[in-house]
Amino acid sequence: MLQTAQRGKKSSSKKAAPKAAVHERFLEAFRWMLLSRTLEEKLVSLYRGGQITGGVYIGKGQEAVSVACGLFLQKGDIFAPLIRDQAGRSAFGEPLLDVLRTYLGSRQGPMRGRDGNIHRGKPGEAQLAMISHLGAMISVVVGSLMAKRFHGEKNFVGLSCIGEGGMQTGSFHEGMNIAAVEQVPLVIVATNNHYAYSTPNDREFACTDLVDRAKGYGFEGYSIDGTDLTMCLEVIGSAVQRARAGRPPQLVVASALRLSGHGEHDDASYVTDEIKRQPFAQDCLKLAEKKIVDLGLADAATLKSWKEDAAKQVDEAVAIAQQEPAPDGAKEDWSAISTRELLDQSE
Amino acid sequence: MSITYLEAIREAQAKLLREDKRVFIYGQDVGGTFGGAFKATKGLAKEFPNRVLNTPISEDAIVGTAIGAALQGMRPIVEMQFADFSSIALNQILNQAGTHYWRTNIPVPITVRLPSGGTKGSGPFHSQSMESLYAHYPGLIVMTPATVEDAYTMLIDAIAIDDPVIYCEHKYLYYHLKADKLPDKGFPVGRARIAREGRDLTIVAYSALVHDALAVAEELSRENFEIEVVDLRTVKPLDTDTVLASVARTGRLLAVGESFPWGGATAEVVARVTSEGFHLLDAAPVRINAKDTPIPYHPNLWSAHRPSAKLIAQKARALLKE
Repeated sequence: MLQTAQRGKKSSSKKAAPKAAVHERFLEAFRWMLLSRTLEEKLVSLYRGGQITGGVYIGKGQEAVSVACGLFLQKGDIFAPLIRDQAGRSAFGEPLLDVLRTYLGSRQGPMRGRDGNIHRGKPGEAQLAMISHLGAMISVVVGSLMAKRFHGEKNFVGLSCIGEGGMQTGSFHEGMNIAAVEQVPLVIVATNNHYAYSTPNDREFACTDLVDRAKGYGFEGYSIDGTDLTMCLEVIGSAVQRARAGRPPQLVVASALRLSGHGEHDDASYVTDEIKRQPFAQDCLKLAEKKIVDLGLADAATLKSWKEDAAKQVDEAVAIAQQEPAPDGAKEDWSAISTRELLDQSE
Repeated sequence: MSITYLEAIREAQAKLLREDKRVFIYGQDVGGTFGGAFKATKGLAKEFPNRVLNTPISEDAIVGTAIGAALQGMRPIVEMQFADFSSIALNQILNQAGTHYWRTNIPVPITVRLPSGGTKGSGPFHSQSMESLYAHYPGLIVMTPATVEDAYTMLIDAIAIDDPVIYCEHKYLYYHLKADKLPDKGFPVGRARIAREGRDLTIVAYSALVHDALAVAEELSRENFEIEVVDLRTVKPLDTDTVLASVARTGRLLAVGESFPWGGATAEVVARVTSEGFHLLDAAPVRINAKDTPIPYHPNLWSAHRPSAKLIAQKARALLKE
């Protein structure tokens, strides 16, 4: 397997002493974040080198929140990641090859060149494929969870991510409300990264704190510092647990700064120096690494080997995906429905 | 015994709920003792209280929820209270359901019922016919049943189809149209039906206007014209072969639809016949649609806005003289 970072085994972490288990989970999360950062740096470089068409959208600065979104989900759960969730996708189990194949347009990828970048997913394996229209995935997760309830399944949750930008759509509102009406085991993790593309918070919403909306929807709400991996793991982890245990839907609102443009075409020159000096503007990955060093959770040689390992995995995936065939318009199966006998014969 | 178009829709849903555990009905006011604004689900919640579910007024989330359930093996039926309100759900229908199979190779088997078309006094927001809009986008099947039998069998077919189906049921036909009994087996989906045979002119119609076209054919038969009426049944896929075969017999085409005039189902019929069967035509094809304004409230205006039997007859006579 390409991915050497492994999901922590529940049994072993349960047996370990609580503090050791917490540290173990922290290190595991750190490694997914590291893998995500390494991968996204490679994507940026491929984009700048003209090898990726369309756009590259990265989650730099939001990995701590994202990884916590993927890490606590189990088989049978539903995950609907959004634009800046590489860390969470990887922690959930998305192979690096899926990412590279999608960005490079390989026919062997999950989207086969038909859709790109962050719109990838494997709905058959519980990872939904987001559409660009923000807020639209929430009700889709609600329906997936209702279906599981119809089937008599137990012990499942759904988790979807969004930003403060997406929280201002009508679709978000309808989705949140219907989730609470249906009382499905849902966790919504919203990262306020302080910009909707270039628009700052004061032109996005006028409430004091976005988490206050939880009460209005009938959700339980929590605020977290999105740069603090420990807090992200603790609060998002317990929100997942609470949803699984039958509590009302959960909303977690994290504060962070997008440490990149909206996409790599965007130099983010609109981000003010004042914002960059705020505590939420810190790099969660650097903070997590500092904590590892300060607490002596891993030595320098180990950290170095993890970084090398991440780079090696990414390079291997790039090398494979680059050699795979691109789609061919002349050979494509131009059918938007699966029922072949009902294809319209328009030309 | 006689059964109406509306009762056929209700009976189809009752049968589906009884025979297929994957089916549930989701929409505004469909549940409880109410049974929907038009009573298309009347009594169903009593028999299936957990599978006929009222929703908030959230068309986007209603369809999004149905999509999610369909991805997990259910076969949801969404009732829009009026077709007009499905505009709020366009994003979920067009961008989520309509793109899903193409993007991920996994189809989305939802059926969205749209109470469509004009009834007098309903005005701009409770009268729309949206089949042309949905047919324009990839990834959807658009049904427009014109008969009690089709209303019944096509709804059952819709649930069996793995792809998203937009099922346009005409509100005018709900109570006006009756049949003696429901069929066991329907005409295949995707095939148009020759509703009346003729040799002088082909009128292609769908949904409620099939009946206006048939009335015109009857009227013109007294003037010794034999009009062939083709009922499209589904506007997407559009059964071009049946239409062309009819035009080959008659040499004249009049396409009639209730949606707005710019583009749409009738334009598609005319375009296909013109490009694929130009040599079959003895006269330039003609089409009739609603007017290019919002749908008016007052009956005097409404009856002039919508294609009528009178207008169809007038256009047909002119075309027969060409």
